[in-house]
Amino acid sequence: MDGSVGARLSTIDLRRGAPLGFLVGALAAALIFGMVQLANDPVLFFQTLMKSLGLGSVYALIALGFVLIFKATQTVNFAQGALAATGALFLAFLVQKRSVFSEGESVVERDGHIPFTNISNPLDSLGGPQWVHWSLSVIVALAFAAVVGLVVERLAIRPMIGEPLFSVAVITLGLEIMFRVFNNDAVEIELRPIGVPWEISGFKVGGALINWSFVAAMVAAAVAFTSVYFFYRSRLGIAMRAVAFDQEAAMAQGINVGRVFAIAWAAGAVLAAVGGIFATQPPVEQTISVDQGTANIAFRALPAVILGGLDSVTGALLGGLIVGVAEIYAGQYAAGHTSWLGAGYPLIVPYVVMIIGLLVRPYGLFGTPEIERV
Amino acid sequence: MLGRPRLYTAYRQEAQLLPTWTQKVVCTLFVAVLFLLPFDLPVISHIPLVRFLGDSDWMRPMALLMVLAIAALGLNLLAGVAGQVSLGHAFFMGVGACTAVYLGGSSGEATWGHGLPIWIWLPGAGVVAALVGVAVSPVAVRLRGLYLAIVTLGLVFLGIHFGNTSWGRKIAGPPALGREFPGLDVRLWKEETPLINVEDDGHWLWFEVTDLQKRYLFLLVLTIAFTLVAKNLTRTRTGRALQAIRDRDIAAEVMGVPEFRYKVIAFAVSSFFAGVAGALFSALSQRILATDFGLFLSVEFIAILLIGGAGTTSGTLIGTFFVVMVPQFVEEFTKWLDRAEGGLTELLARFLLTEGDDFGIINTAIQTPGWTLSVFDWNIVLFGALIVVFLIVEPLGIFGIWVRVRNYWKRWPFSY
Repeated sequence: MDGSVGARLSTIDLRRGAPLGFLVGALAAALIFGMVQLANDPVLFFQTLMKSLGLGSVYALIALGFVLIFKATQTVNFAQGALAATGALFLAFLVQKRSVFSEGESVVERDGHIPFTNISNPLDSLGGPQWVHWSLSVIVALAFAAVVGLVVERLAIRPMIGEPLFSVAVITLGLEIMFRVFNNDAVEIELRPIGVPWEISGFKVGGALINWSFVAAMVAAAVAFTSVYFFYRSRLGIAMRAVAFDQEAAMAQGINVGRVFAIAWAAGAVLAAVGGIFATQPPVEQTISVDQGTANIAFRALPAVILGGLDSVTGALLGGLIVGVAEIYAGQYAAGHTSWLGAGYPLIVPYVVMIIGLLVRPYGLFGTPEIERV
Repeated sequence: MLGRPRLYTAYRQEAQLLPTWTQKVVCTLFVAVLFLLPFDLPVISHIPLVRFLGDSDWMRPMALLMVLAIAALGLNLLAGVAGQVSLGHAFFMGVGACTAVYLGGSSGEATWGHGLPIWIWLPGAGVVAALVGVAVSPVAVRLRGLYLAIVTLGLVFLGIHFGNTSWGRKIAGPPALGREFPGLDVRLWKEETPLINVEDDGHWLWFEVTDLQKRYLFLLVLTIAFTLVAKNLTRTRTGRALQAIRDRDIAAEVMGVPEFRYKVIAFAVSSFFAGVAGALFSALSQRILATDFGLFLSVEFIAILLIGGAGTTSGTLIGTFFVVMVPQFVEEFTKWLDRAEGGLTELLARFLLTEGDDFGIINTAIQTPGWTLSVFDWNIVLFGALIVVFLIVEPLGIFGIWVRVRNYWKRWPFSY
């Protein structure tokens, strides 16, 4: 430190006092603004709320994947977006039946086959209603995603146990780059529809239009968070928490650290895939198809993880919801300022919220502060 | 002290730029070769490995290499020396490029610009980027590790977004098209004939030089200047303070190193490097494009540091060479295979290359249907794979390999 009181005070102001006041002010302004809008047009307000909770649930799902992997391996998995797109792509391949493949010298097009292959889709022969077929496809796709997570963990992450944490994070960045090329190659220029039964339809509650996909996202998030809550109280979950606390001590207690890593990555990949499936539906996108932008959902959800705290499940839920609400409400009520904010400005709202949040709490709302020792 | 390179009898000696005579000679020769590389001199064009780098085809990647080297040196100061890993380096490059085009570009209906000469816009790009770096640092200084990386990653997304707003487009030009960028000609003010002509063929002193060679020499001088600044900074009080913060920030603060001040300095200097490099980067392609300064560019710099060896100036330069040149080599190799006729090479070509959807790894057709990938895609995969493999196999990068090889021969015939 400088020694001069003035310099110290200014540093403290810059670091702690001012941002907190700023945050309280911003929250109060948002609250007043919300009240006014609620009084003005309650139907629109309610509709926006449901939409934002839908988006928040998608973010929370992705964020939960980040948190699970971080808690076990102490790494931010930057490849989460690629895993999300891969999972959604698996589903698209299972649902889509027209296949273009090469047989010897000639290129053949055939229906009832998995794309790019000569393999007929076994799920097709089951018959039954469409939603049953779709649900089965989802389960198979999620299982595939889990396998991808396991393989990635085994090949790229396991050798890095004990290495600096940042190196592992950069490895996942490298994986993201590689995965993206393969995903884009599989998507090509066309869209790959994922055949959601409810498509983009919705229902009306007192004049407010609510999409089925919002409800589905909320249900999925509720199921995921409840199961993770109970999982952390199971024997394996306690082992995972022990590994997160101290790898060596956990190993000395007979916990198989490698298996904990593998389970965390498989779970993270499954959550990413679920998030990826929702990333193709409203309110994230309207196409209900996998395209080259699907992988961006992880980078959109990153602020939620950081805002909530990298190692907190509660933080993932609340961070996701806060960020989703901020994004949708900004998109709804600041649309008049698009000329200088730029088209698509809601997409950067999460990052602005994250930076403001970090000014106040550098480890997120629920993150554990790093204990500093000399 | 010939023969006893590690024997220091004075502090000044220990802090020397090039401590041994071997290093002095090798470095001088290396710089001389770099200056003479683009000219078709009888000696240079017979040195194996480097001789083709002077060809006019390779002048463009060489220019790109030097620009990225300047930016990578900046990131090395921040991430390698001060330990603050930032994924936002591309953002600061973008700030520099936008400042340069605002100061140096022409003003029109859809664009803002002042048409100022290069000696204003090039330092201006660095200074404005440094100021933005200082403005960001109150947030950045409070964070460490992955939190810092993700916040700086957010800067990249914010930057690309604001480059696409109505006022951003007046600076950065329309999306996907970009905007014309001022050339590298050195003018005193806005007059027609430049003082030093870099953009056209002509002669400097009494040599005939083409525009590519001129640009190469211009960038080479800048790169050497920035390398010296970066290397010297690590030898000063500031550099030692930054290293102390990297190694243990709280211990450094206890010992009287003001952490806040030095982290701000690190951000400012690294952003200055990035700003200048960003301006040059856009000047090379003659276009400024907001989407160029995205996450991929940031990751490229992280890869440069990791592959070369973080914290070392020479490692950073080697890493830049590796990251820029490997894709070029792969592309050239594919072209060479494609032309191959008969013998083993054609067999290899038949195994590796394809034009349709059939068996083959690299697709040489313009459209690539099915599962096969083009050379361009493979280069991106290779880039990702290089990051992964280097981190798993050799975390200290090429510099680490070099240290191992050197130590082996130094101790030879003993194993340690």
